Amino acid sequence: MEFGLSESQRLLKDNARKFFAGECPMEEVRRLMETDTAYDEALWAKMAEQGYTGIIFPEEFGGVGLGKVELILLMEEAGRALLPGPFFSTVALAGAALDATATPEQKKKYLAPICSGEARSTVAMLEGAASSDVADLRMAGANGELTGEKLFVPDAAVANFMIVVARDGVFVVDAKARGVDIEPMAGMDPTRKLYAVQFNHTPAEKLGNGAGLALALDIAVAALVAEMVGGMQRTLEITVEYAKMRKQFGKPIGMFQAVQHQCADMYVETESARSAAYYAAWALEENVPDAAVAVSIAKMYASDAGRAVGNRGIQVHGGMGFTWENDLHLYYRRAKASETTLGDSTTHRERIARLVIDAGAASTQSA
Amino acid sequence: MDLNLNAEEKQFRDELRAWLSANVPKDWPEWREKPLEESFPYLRAWQRKLHDGRWAAVSWPKEYGGRSATLMQQALFWEEMARAQAPSMANSLGLGLIGPTIIAYGTEAQKQRFIPKILSAEEIWCQGFSEPNAGSDLASLQTEARLDGDHYVVNGQKVWTSFGWVGDWCELVVRTDPNVPKHKGLTVLLVDMKSPGVEVRPLRQMTGESEFNELFFRDVRVPAENVLGKVNDGWNVAVSTLMYERGSYGARLYLIFKRNIERLIELARTVQRNGRPASGDPLLRQKLAQCYAEIEIMRLNQLRAFSRITATGVPGPEGSIQKIFWSELNQRVQQIAQELLGPYGQVAGGDRRAVDKGIWSYGYLRTRGNTIEAGTSEVQRNIIGHFVLGLPRSY
Repeated sequence: MEFGLSESQRLLKDNARKFFAGECPMEEVRRLMETDTAYDEALWAKMAEQGYTGIIFPEEFGGVGLGKVELILLMEEAGRALLPGPFFSTVALAGAALDATATPEQKKKYLAPICSGEARSTVAMLEGAASSDVADLRMAGANGELTGEKLFVPDAAVANFMIVVARDGVFVVDAKARGVDIEPMAGMDPTRKLYAVQFNHTPAEKLGNGAGLALALDIAVAALVAEMVGGMQRTLEITVEYAKMRKQFGKPIGMFQAVQHQCADMYVETESARSAAYYAAWALEENVPDAAVAVSIAKMYASDAGRAVGNRGIQVHGGMGFTWENDLHLYYRRAKASETTLGDSTTHRERIARLVIDAGAASTQSA
Repeated sequence: MDLNLNAEEKQFRDELRAWLSANVPKDWPEWREKPLEESFPYLRAWQRKLHDGRWAAVSWPKEYGGRSATLMQQALFWEEMARAQAPSMANSLGLGLIGPTIIAYGTEAQKQRFIPKILSAEEIWCQGFSEPNAGSDLASLQTEARLDGDHYVVNGQKVWTSFGWVGDWCELVVRTDPNVPKHKGLTVLLVDMKSPGVEVRPLRQMTGESEFNELFFRDVRVPAENVLGKVNDGWNVAVSTLMYERGSYGARLYLIFKRNIERLIELARTVQRNGRPASGDPLLRQKLAQCYAEIEIMRLNQLRAFSRITATGVPGPEGSIQKIFWSELNQRVQQIAQELLGPYGQVAGGDRRAVDKGIWSYGYLRTRGNTIEAGTSEVQRNIIGHFVLGLPRSY
């Protein structure tokens, strides 16, 4: 039993950190967030070259074939760098959904171009009621067509095709198909753009096994939590650096316990979220019986802890933390957006209650 | 990263599981809620039984009666104890904190003399650290020991001594040199509690019971051979004990936490709230799920810390994460119990209307001390701030 990272996992994480530091430093994040899509073609090509776009997908479709733990290590570093653009949408949402629901022919057609870096994609699920429960969806496929509106679709404007979740199945829609209309939504996070997408008798291809979606969404949740952990880690680092450097009353403010204890709490919250994220990824990889519970525990905890870490970080920075110039608010915005993506802490607590209290399986064992 | 058990771990787990299923006493539920004074002989007998099976201190080296268990095996040990709903052990400080310190710093003669009886619960150990004027600032303690021939003569007072009332021996931190900076003049003595001049007084705490004691030392003579480690190196010895306390105590507590949340979920299925079982009440479900999740995160944090210690070889200040996490979580769990039980939550044991013989009423009050004992939450946050995050020392 080993909860630490293997040599190759550590290497992957270190390389990812170096890659994002070199290719997407904060100046680049700020440049991209001011663009319409926050997407950069050259950066995307480099990520594909690293194998990032195919990291967890089978080699027969051009993927790298690594596991969920490797995926979340990569996501953690992407989150730490506040990587803008459709990486999460394409790989952790759409890619995982295709991997879990598509037939081999469909994977060749849709998953392979994701792995190679030729295609970007996303998942369109939420509707007006903003429920992430598939049973609450109203959109349904009729005669090979979809009609209706999907909201909060991340990165839709740069997607070549979209995975659309309907009440009767999971579909692929070409972004340029008939009746597709993509309209920006004014989300809080400028590094991950959200869209409202209209479908009007839009031709849609049904994916082979819609039932696989639940597992895919759990993978996406674990990936999102890891990304949140990366953001928390960076917020902590920035804040501790500031607390060492900023002087008031002739002393570094980090010497005052009121400040120091905020930092200590940020550390406890970040490490705890990380433990939960790593375990969730491992549980998914090994398909252990409590994997779904582990995923919800991670998302529940990180949703609240991510916000708390951001609150503390800004507070420690004082007025400086409230400026546009300081990077903290960018992480803070991402944390809030992520908090409500794929279920907030309340949603996941209810899921834990269903799985643990209602099912009567109140025992979790690592063995 | 691979949380599957390896062959050795699996064998360890299977052997333990089989042993526990054959040996965990069936009448434990009748004893569980009794005051410690009453159940102590029972827990002593249980520890002896574990020791006979060589399960009392799995982390200790084989030559000292342990199994040289890896940290992961230790975590498994406490998970299996929780799973089997086994009682805890009587000599918990001896096994968890003081024994390991003696193994690390003791002479061979000290190890031979003390270790076997810690294991068998023949000699119960207590810890003489805090003083009325030395709490968080432990190194400022004033209990003095003066060398007189081949004995130290001890004078002073200790407070908040767990198991003092039943302690046969005490790990006592004393000042042996008042003329050097406070951390450099301390020494650890192993003191026979039956020595003339040792007085043990009960310290009544807010729960009404006297789990802790005050110890008074008046010209108590302690043989110089009972110095643990080096003279005037007592700070390092004491800190090592505190590290064990913070580092692995969370793993032991998992047993209690797991039992508590399982019981609360069970209770929630029967307690009525707004005309339906409380387990169907949206707010209580949220709170129970939150506790369940945090207990799981506490377990995962512990496993990650163990992996890190295994890799680096030294327990670091990360133990403070666990201390903060479990102590504050325990208070939240008890608060949820109160919310679940409503006015019944306050009813103490002895009243026939008490739920679970009053453990929730007691637990609510007792856990208030969790964020104070074994290093306050404030001290733990200082440790993280300074030693982990590198912020300047605040005191």
